[in-house]
Formats: sequence, C-alpha cells, structure tokens
Amino acid sequence: MPNEVDHIEESNMSNGKPSNEVIWRNNDELAAHKDFEAFLKEKFPKEAAILKGSGMGRRNFLKLMGASLTLAGFGLQGCTTADAPNEKIIPYVRTPEEVIPGRPVFFASAVSLGGFATGVIIETHEGRPTRLDGNPEHPGSLGSSNPFVQASILELYNPERSVFVRQADENGNRISSWEEFVAAVGDALARLEDGSQLRILTETVTSPTLASQMETLLEMYPGASWHQYEPVARDNVLAGANMAFGEPANTMYDFSSAQVVVSLDSDFMNAMPGSLRYARDFMAGRKVRPGAGVTEMNRLYAVESTPTPTGAVADHRLTMRTSEVEAFARALADALGVEGGAAASGDAWSSEAFDAIVADLEANAGASVVVAGDEASPVVHALVHAINASLGNVGSTVMYTEPIEVSPINQHESLQTLVDDMAAGDVQALFIMGGNPVYNAPADIDFAGALANVPFSAHLALYNDETSLASTWHVPETHFIEQWGDARAYDGTVSVIQPPIGPLLDTVRSPVEMMALLTGDERRSYDIVREYWEAEFEGDDFNGAWRATLHSGVLADSAAEIIEPTLVGSLADDVESNAVGASEGLELVIRPDAAVWDGRFAANAWLHELPKPLTKITWDMAALMSAATADELDVESEDLVELGFGGNTMMAPVYVMPTHADGTVTVTLGYGRGIGADIDANMSFNAYDVRTSAAPWGGSGVTVTRRGRYDLARSQIDIDESSPIETHSPVRHAPISQLLADPNEITYNYLLTEPSLLPEYDYSGGYKWGMSIDLTSCMGCNACVIACQAENNIPVVGKEQVIKGREMHWLRIDEYHAEGEDQTYFQPVPCMQCENAPCEQVCPVQATVHSDEGINQMVYNRCIGTRYCSANCPYSVRKFNFLDYIDESALLAEQRNPNVSVRARGIMEKCTYCVQRIKSARIDAQVDNRRISDGEVMPACAVACPTEAIIFGDLNDENSRIAQIKQEPHDYGVLEELGTVPRTTYLARITNPNDALEEEA
Amino acid sequence: MLRQNKPRRSPGQSTAITPVPQPTLGAPGSITDKISGTIFTGTPLWWWIGFLISASLLGVFMFTIGVLLWRGVGIWDINNPVVWGFAIVNLVFWIGIGHAGTFISAVLLLLRQHWRSAFSRFAEAMTLFALAVAGLFPLLHLGRLQFAYWIFPYPNTLLLNPNWRSPLAWDAFAITVYGLVSLMFWYIDLMPDLAAMRDKTDNWFLKAFYGALSTGWRGDAEHWERLHNASYLFAAIATPLVISVHSVVGLDFAIANTVGWHHTIFPPYFVAGAVFSGFAMVIIVGAGLRRAYGLQDIITIDHMENAAKFVLITGLMVGYGYLMEYFTAWYLGHEGEWVLTVQRFIGPYAPFYWLMVIFNVVVIQALWFKRIRRNIPLLVTICLLVLVGMWLERFVIITMSLQYVHIPAGWDFFNAGIWDWLTLISPFGLFFTLLFLFIRVLPIIPIYETELLAAEEAGGH
Repeated sequence: MPNEVDHIEESNMSNGKPSNEVIWRNNDELAAHKDFEAFLKEKFPKEAAILKGSGMGRRNFLKLMGASLTLAGFGLQGCTTADAPNEKIIPYVRTPEEVIPGRPVFFASAVSLGGFATGVIIETHEGRPTRLDGNPEHPGSLGSSNPFVQASILELYNPERSVFVRQADENGNRISSWEEFVAAVGDALARLEDGSQLRILTETVTSPTLASQMETLLEMYPGASWHQYEPVARDNVLAGANMAFGEPANTMYDFSSAQVVVSLDSDFMNAMPGSLRYARDFMAGRKVRPGAGVTEMNRLYAVESTPTPTGAVADHRLTMRTSEVEAFARALADALGVEGGAAASGDAWSSEAFDAIVADLEANAGASVVVAGDEASPVVHALVHAINASLGNVGSTVMYTEPIEVSPINQHESLQTLVDDMAAGDVQALFIMGGNPVYNAPADIDFAGALANVPFSAHLALYNDETSLASTWHVPETHFIEQWGDARAYDGTVSVIQPPIGPLLDTVRSPVEMMALLTGDERRSYDIVREYWEAEFEGDDFNGAWRATLHSGVLADSAAEIIEPTLVGSLADDVESNAVGASEGLELVIRPDAAVWDGRFAANAWLHELPKPLTKITWDMAALMSAATADELDVESEDLVELGFGGNTMMAPVYVMPTHADGTVTVTLGYGRGIGADIDANMSFNAYDVRTSAAPWGGSGVTVTRRGRYDLARSQIDIDESSPIETHSPVRHAPISQLLADPNEITYNYLLTEPSLLPEYDYSGGYKWGMSIDLTSCMGCNACVIACQAENNIPVVGKEQVIKGREMHWLRIDEYHAEGEDQTYFQPVPCMQCENAPCEQVCPVQATVHSDEGINQMVYNRCIGTRYCSANCPYSVRKFNFLDYIDESALLAEQRNPNVSVRARGIMEKCTYCVQRIKSARIDAQVDNRRISDGEVMPACAVACPTEAIIFGDLNDENSRIAQIKQEPHDYGVLEELGTVPRTTYLARITNPNDALEEEA
Repeated sequence: MLRQNKPRRSPGQSTAITPVPQPTLGAPGSITDKISGTIFTGTPLWWWIGFLISASLLGVFMFTIGVLLWRGVGIWDINNPVVWGFAIVNLVFWIGIGHAGTFISAVLLLLRQHWRSAFSRFAEAMTLFALAVAGLFPLLHLGRLQFAYWIFPYPNTLLLNPNWRSPLAWDAFAITVYGLVSLMFWYIDLMPDLAAMRDKTDNWFLKAFYGALSTGWRGDAEHWERLHNASYLFAAIATPLVISVHSVVGLDFAIANTVGWHHTIFPPYFVAGAVFSGFAMVIIVGAGLRRAYGLQDIITIDHMENAAKFVLITGLMVGYGYLMEYFTAWYLGHEGEWVLTVQRFIGPYAPFYWLMVIFNVVVIQALWFKRIRRNIPLLVTICLLVLVGMWLERFVIITMSLQYVHIPAGWDFFNAGIWDWLTLISPFGLFFTLLFLFIRVLPIIPIYETELLAAEEAGGH
C-alpha cells in the first residue's frame, strides 16, 4: 500500500481551475494516502464522522461513500447550468405548460443491454429522474421491466461514476479536460500514416446513428477497422444461424400462440433480447381462470443444466449436463425427422419424457416453439431452426428478420484480430467506446498486454475501470438518462434515447459525441441524432414525427421486416462435423450473472443486494453444484474452492443448489472486481480468469480443490427436510386437472370457518384495496423487488448486515423446493395488509393502524421501535432499521422518491401497497369528482412485473380485475388459519403436466 | 428450646407444614448489635474486592449502554425475524429474580410465616435491584429510546393514548407499579431499623444520614401500630402484584400468535418460573451473607432449607409447564408449533434446550433429599445451575421461537455477538454493585422483626 501513495501527486489543475487539491487516480489510492482522513475531515466532515463511526476500512468506505466525495462539489448542475443546450425534449404522459411542483413528469427513453433496447418511461420529480419503468408502447417491454432496467437509475447517481477526463502521463495520471482531449485526438489522428492504424472497439451496436457515423469514419479513414466485443455476445446464435441458413438472421418468437414450448438450455424469459416480451407472452398462455372460463394452458418442457427461472416454472424439467443438451437436440431432431439428427443412446434423460416431448411437439405442430439459449452451441441453434421449420412453426410462432445488430460478427474473433494487430504494433490509435475489455477479455486474449503497445488509446466509460486505467486517455461517459442516442429492440423497433436531465457533470460525453469527434464534428449529440433521423425521414412533417417519436418512445413502424430464410442443404453435414460428443468428467458452465450481468453493474448496490433467483445469494457469486456432485467432490456450501479449467484457475465459494445438474459446476461472470465486504477474497472470484475464446460458456474438465471457507450472504436460509411444507404450506400448487376437478383440495379454504369476536371494518362507500399474486406466472425474476426498492427509498444495508439477516426489501421472493421434484416454487411476499392484523394489535403506541381503506398504515413518526409488530407478524414482512441505513450522501439522495419518507434508525417499516400512489390518484379523481378507476393505481411491483402476476385494485368495485380474481377457486390466503384475513392473496401455482408423464411428476 | 423442633401453629394457618426456623440468639439487644455491627465495623477486605469487581462490571455496562445509544440496537446481532434478543430475555430473567423478594416479604407475611424475617430485608432489596436492572431493558431495547414516554397516557395535544390492546402497554403499568410498591414496602419496613442505626452510631454524619432516612421514628406505640398496619396493607397490595407482573410479562408472549409464544399456560408458568429463579438467587445471596458476616445463627440452615423447598416446588411447576408445552404443540395440530418443538429438541440450538431441561428439571430433583437441602455448597451450586437454566428458558422461549416463524422461508438464526454477551453479563455489575452498597449501608436483616421473634421466643409468647 505505501507504494501506491507515490501515484498521488500535487496538481495545479482541477476541473480547469487552479487549486491545490490532492488528486488521485482511483479510490484505492485516495484511501491509501496518509492525509486521507484529514482531507476527508476538512472537505466532508459528515462523511468523516461516518467513517470513524462505521468501523469499515478506508477502501470499503470509499466504495460506499464515493458519490458525495467525488461529486458533491459538482452538484446537480445539469438542471441549472447556464449554458444548457437548446435541445427540445418531449414529456411522455402529460405535457404541462411548466413543471408543477409535486407532480412527476414522465419521459420515454430506452435502456440497452447487449445492444438491444428496452423502452422505458423515466419518472422525474422537479427535474430529478427518480425511477424507471417499462414503456407500455415499446414492443420489448409492454410496460414491464427487469431488475437491470429498474436498477439502472441508480447508476445515474452512482457514487463510483467517473468525474474527470484523465490522461496517463509519465507520473501516473493527471486530471485533464475535454478540450485537451479534443486537441490530443486531433494530434493522434494527424499522426496516423494511414487509416489502417486506427481502430474502434465498441460493444454490440444496434444504433442507426452510430452505424452511420461509423460508416462516415471508415470512409474518412480507409483501412481503419471497427471491432466489437462484449463478453455476453451472441456468437453462438450467429454461428447457428449461419450454419442453418448460410447467412445471419434474427430469430423472434411469438409465445402467445404457442401451446408447447421446449427450451434447450434457454432462459428465454430472462436472459435474451426480447425476454420481457417473451415472458409476458408465454405467461399469458398460463393464466388459468376457471371462474372466468379460461381452463386451458400451455406447456413448457425445459432441458437445462444450470437451473434458470425459466426452467423453474416448467411443467417438466429435464436436468442434464450441458454437453448432453446437444445430444438431446440431435435426438429430438432425429425423432422429428430433421436432417442432422442422431438418435442418442445412454441414460442422460428418461426415454418416456423424451417420447412425450416428441409426441407433444408433433401434436402441436405449428403451435409450438423450440428455443435454444444464447449460450447453447451453434449446432443446437442450427438444429432448432431446422426443427421449428419442420414443425411448421416458422411464420406462426417463430419469425425471422434481418439481423438487428449493425454488424453481426463473431466478437471473440473480432477481439482476437484486434489484439493481434495491437500486439504487432499495427495500431497507433484505439478508441474504446464503452465496455471493459481489460477486465472481461477471455483469459487467452491478452488485451491488457496488447493495449500497452498502443501509443494512443482512449476509453469512454461510465466508470474509471480497469480499461480506463490501462488506456492513455479516459473520458467519462454520459449515463443513458443524460444522453441522446438511439437503439433497436429485439424486433428492430427503433427507440430514440432522450435525456430528461442535462448531464450531471459537464465533463461527460456520449458515444455519439465521441464518434463525431473522430470525424471532426464537435456538435452535441442532440443535433447529430436529430439530423440523422431527419435525413432518414420520408414525409412532410419531420418535426411532428420527431415529437411523436420522443413522446411515445418508439419510432412508428420501425420494426424489422419478417423474412423467410431457407435452410441450407449442408446443414446435416455441418451439424455432423461441428457436433461435440457428450464429454466425460466434471463440466464447467459459465453464465452471465443475475445481478451484475457481465460485470457492468458491479458498482450497483441495489443489484448486489438483490437475492439472486434460485440461490438467494447477495453480494457474491458462487460455484453452483448439485448435492451429489458436492458429495463427490467432498465440499459443502460456503467452502472456498479453487476451480481449475484449461490451465487457468479462479476461486469461488461453493453453493449447493437444489435442482442443479449433477456433474456440472456453474459459475457466473462479473465478479472479481473487489466489490462487497470482503474485497480481497472477492477479487479472485473472477470467471474471466478461466474463460477462453474457445470455450466461452465452459466445457469439460474442471477441477475443484478445497481452499478454505467463505461466508455467503443469503437472504433465505436452507430449510431442511423437517420443514412444514404440507397442508398449510404457504405455497400451494396442483396440476390443472385437480384445479378443474376439486380446487378445495388445493386451497383448503373450506377449513376457514372460525368466527371472529372482533367487529368488522366498514368500507362501504370508500375503497377497499386488495392484491392477488399469481404464483403460476411468477418466475422469481426480482423485477418487483427492485421496483419496490426504487419507489420506496429502501436502503441498501451491505453484505455483513445481510448475513445478520437484516436486508430491508419490503417485498421478498420466497423460494421452496418440494422433495423429489425438480420444481422451484416462487412466492413474492409483500405485506398482507391483514384485515385482522396482528401487528396493529400489539403496537403499544399505535404506530401501526388500520386505514379506512383497509391498509395497515405504518406511522413512522410515532414508532418507538419495540419491534413487537414484527415479532407478531406471521408473514415476517416487517423490516426494522437496526442501524442508520439510509445513505445521506447528497447525490444518492437525488434519486429518492419525494413522496415517500426516508426512515431513520430505530423504526419499523414495511410495504404500504404504495400508498403514495393511491393518494396521488385520489387527488386526481377528486378533482374530477369521480372514483378512482380500475387500473389507475398500480403499486410499483405490479407495474414492473413482466408477467402481470401481481394484480391490485379496489375490492369494493365488483367489476375490478382484483375482485374478479379473488373469485377464482384457486385464490387462497397464506396462514389464513391464524385468522388474520390477509388482503394479499395468492392464486395457487397451476402446472400442466403431460398426462403421459404424470407419474413421474 | 425443646419447642424449636416442634411444628408451630400460627393464627390464620391451619397446618404448619414446615418446622419454623428461628434465630438462635439469646438476649434481646444482641441482635441489634450484631446486625448493626455489620455496618459500623470497618469495611472488610472481601467487601472491597466484591465491590470493585461489581463496579468494574457496572462500568462495562455503562459503556455498553453508551455504545448502544450512540450506534443503535443494531450493535446486537438481532435481525428480522429474531427482533427480540438478549434485552428482552434479560428483562424477563431479572424481573423473575425480583419475584422471590416480594413473595417472601408479602405473601409469607400475610401467611404469618414469621421465619421469613431473616430473609425479607435483603430479598426485598434484591427485588428492587433486580427491578432496577430489569427496568432498563425495555428502554434499552427500544429503537428510539427518546420517545419511550409515549407508552404512557400522558396528556398531549394530539389526544393520543397508548394502544390499550397491546400487552406492552400493560407491561409498562405492571412493571412501574410493581417497582413503586416494592420500593415503598421496603422503605416502610426499614424505618425502625434506620432509627436503631441512628441511635447506635456516634458519628454525627451517620446520625444525620440515618436520622433523615428514618423520618423521625421514635418507637412510639402509635408508630409501631401504623407500621404494622402499613406492612399488612402493602403486603396485601404486593401479593397480587407477584402474580400479575409476571403474568402480564407472560401475556406479552401468549397474546402474540408467534409460533412458540401462543400458549395459554404462559402467565402461571412465568410466575412459577419467576419465583423459582428468585428463590435460587435468595439462596445464593443469603449463603454469601451468612458466611461473610457470620450470620449463621440468624439466617439459619433451616431458613436455607425452607427456601430450597420453594425452589423444588416451583421447579416442579416449571417442569409441568414444559410438559404442557409439548402437549399443546402436539394437540394443537399446527405444523409450525410442532416443527418448533422438534427444532428445540434437535435443531442447532438443541444443546441450550437440553441444558435448560437438565438444570431446571433434572438437577433440582436432588432437593428431595434433606441432606442436600442442608448442604450449603451443594445447594448454592444447584441454585446457580437453576439461574443459568432459567435464563436459558427465557432464551428458548423468546429468541429461539422467533427463529422459526410461520413462513418457513422467513426463518433465520440468531448468533449472539460481543455486544449481546456484554448486554447479558454486564448488568450483573449493576445488581451486585447495588447489593454491595446495600450491605454496607443498611441493616441486611430486619432488626426489629428479628428482635421481636427472639423476644417472643425468649418470653415464651
């Protein structure tokens, strides 16, 4: 550590103004500086006090508190800066003549992951963006969102965002400015002998504007080349399409008209472009409502090794090793008469299940979908194209378009080519637009080493990350909420990204601006994006069309055209030659992470603390394996192991995961960046250390060696076999046949006949709010959890507090496994808002009381913190502020919802059904002298839910959706036998098992 | 002296079931000398050692409280769902300790069990000190201590009352009343002795000190008459409190529908447990005092044996309570309750559960034997185990139950950390500091009652 102090130097430049500030290269250096505490005390006395009181180390402190330290000096100048650009943006829902204080204003924009856009609505309060929800008019969202979308608002105000343009010089690093950078770029470009010494590296690009800029650039610098790399790229999808059609094609699915779905190692409802839409469509086919006459549902067979949320809701789940999935696909192809198939031998799967799947697919030809996961091998993808074609699904449930990506290429090859050139010294100037290849390049591609060989490299990024520090220049990037741009959705629909707020910092630049700079264009991105679309526009009224696009968030009629690619004749041969036989030995599976994806969300505290679906692990990744495999390896959960794969090693804590395939170890990407509580141990949890371009998603031959112990912070402890999952189980489930025959045996509602001595509340004339959660539709994706966190100002508590059991999420998702079954049952648990609430009875100071609309209100100001309400809550939904959890740094405070109190230490809090939204809707209704109409108020969780599993409304209104749902025979309340009369009820989980396999299930 | 071993019949008691232990001193006046002598002689070394250890522990307690107030209740390792940890366990434990004092001074007074007088003063003092400790915990437990007074119905502009449906509001009244009544009862009883101390000393400061405290007691017949009436009056008030306080504390749990708490047997079961642990503490403190001050002829072996019998009886009641818990869990047919019972037997905290059963049920069976009841070292050992057992019982009921909430996915464990342990151990510093101060400053045995008893004895009634 002392050596690092050398990097810190005295500088006369800080943000262009003379000063004697200590400057630093990254937080670690600052923390190591001997004068750190004095510096802190002088500049940020409040934070200094927190450091002293918290007991956390300096480095941890900076990780958590960086926002106020680095950005407090700048404040929210985006709102007020004098030279605000004249860029017109159009609000989405209402167009107030001016902002009315207290009324949120909404703007449509789009957030992209892996290049694919999801439309969002940005809620702003007095100019501050506070939350994101899906854009109902966007085909890839339909109003719903996922945790990444929900949590990306936090990135805007993220403590760790990069602040300065930074140049590497002989002393280390110095703070520079955009103007200096522009000059340096000019010099660097002028020094080029020809274009072939110029390289651009981007992540996957779907933006039409960027594409046209790239075209211009490549024209200006002939010989220059554009490379793309991001770790979770769709190389296998592309290779599969090439194998099947001889050309790239984009596949889209219409699950709404599919009766039978077979998923091959695919998490199509979570981790795929369009997954939000797919989840909505697929679950729409599973909403059985005997009360409303809907008695049919679709059927899902999932074939997978690592359990996914999609597999968890399957009617039949076939667990097998990843290498066997390919054999399964070939066997399936063979059975369906598709060329390239091959009958499989062995006992990797039950032949009854296989025969049943084949029969079901044949019976539902034209109304079925076979879908392969993005990580599945090219052979599987090619076969799936052929299978869907042979079943007649193409055109009905499976559609093809031209590729959505501007340039669909194999990104590992692209990166390899670039690195070879860099290493050979052929690259004089490299511009890296986003991404973090120094961290996330495969182990066999030495990007960092090659980068040192490039005289001029510039990295545009949101954070001062590994690649920034290894480049000669770093330019802070705008957050998408601050930038103009555009991107395409899974079906090609264009969204224009519009910023409801100016950049928080005047140093930041968008990718469009960076690209423009290379072509000598110094305009801001608004002009560039608008100009591009004006040039593309065919019609009379561009202004009107532009306004309409910004307003609705999507460019009308911009979806890609459906094409019908034909299968090439060589498919069978290609499959044969590329097929890999099932392998022996322990297999490694590498997957993107449910919280940090490929590592890009590694600074997002909400996502870190989000209990991952199916493991409930927070703040860490783990090597997942089945109990049998763990026994074989002689390890158990929370053992720290070294994984050796292909000559490389990484460390990981073990988590023994129910329903995981035997003989397989799964690790997820994105960790190993020194985040979380135990920075040093965490640094070695880097799956990129064992990832190679040849085997990006793992392969056979991983070794596991026990090295120690490591604490995992899980939000739900493992329940052993003595757990009470019987008649009074919180989760009730049944096959559809039982629902139709005898629903009482699912719900036991008939047992609830006990009268109460207490008088009933009178709600006549008013509202009576209620909620119902459809367990059939829930796949545990966590969108609701983060949506609730963003809406209700729920604090992040950190890994140590999670280990202690103090996570604050008002809405949690419980998970249960049934013995001998491969199913996982998810149960979102918000407050039940009991009619006869145990919490209300025992609070000695009446801090929690019943509202006249049936909600158990929590009066924060009155709470003295006896915690009796929590002890008496049978649902354990109350959360206590054991310590001062709320982060008081100025910047993060800007994200908070002004309509929700921030809770202090020592008081209880819980789900309120988003009462602030009800109040706001009531005001609107009263102004118009009417009742709140059905669907007008939706709590944040219900809005976010991709599958519309959460229904909310007024029970007094007989025609409301909620009142109808509560009439369904499989509606039940958890722990109703206690006489609590919960307001939140559940629709039992209904499955549609194949009769032929009934016994097995 | 022959009568000493014969059962003695008192008015208001049809059959005396116990041989009445009596002080074995001869002449009146020597008792006064002996008891006041414990104060007026020089401070013995053992006192200094004991006091300093206790005071140090008290210092640790003060420090713990300081950290607690500064950083919040999160310094304990409580969590969701185990929101009640050692603070509440300690509250119930210490209130229980206090019960024996009230039981001895009030119930036995009403029952005319005059042998009680040897115990009554320090047992009553123990009650007060235990209450002083216990009373802190409901406050320290609060998330926002500064608003603790909201639990009382004080006049306020918001016209807000406490929630009368909440057992915690009942608790606040029960414990406050209990504390005040105990203090007044103790003080009234102390007055003649304070006067005796005033008369005994030549030191002007002590004379003033005891004189002020004795509020002008001159030993008039009228004074004695009033003292007598007041004693019986307070005994009559305090007797139901013995039952009610711990019943109300028991209701905190019985009213809640939490698994492991929702048992109708809790109020009587808690009272029995309280007297059980209280007598154990009386025996431990009594054994210490008689040895330290050579009071074997005032707190006789018979006294100790009688107290041991109470330990046995109440211990059997507690054992019955355990049996009823099993029965309820089985009979209720509620899975959560049954799972909790099984988890108590075999779960991760099962060792604590079995220790509790051994200490509270098995070990005390030794007290059936007279030789053991009259063997002070053995008796004290058993009583120490009982105290540990009773603390564990509260832990098992309160904290362990909360781990196994109704919703299985909500289960979580409580793992005590350093601040929890300090919160458990350091309050003993407050208790013993007060106790050591008490034995240096005030007569530990009621002089007048003992004199009276001895006089009755000598005068043959």
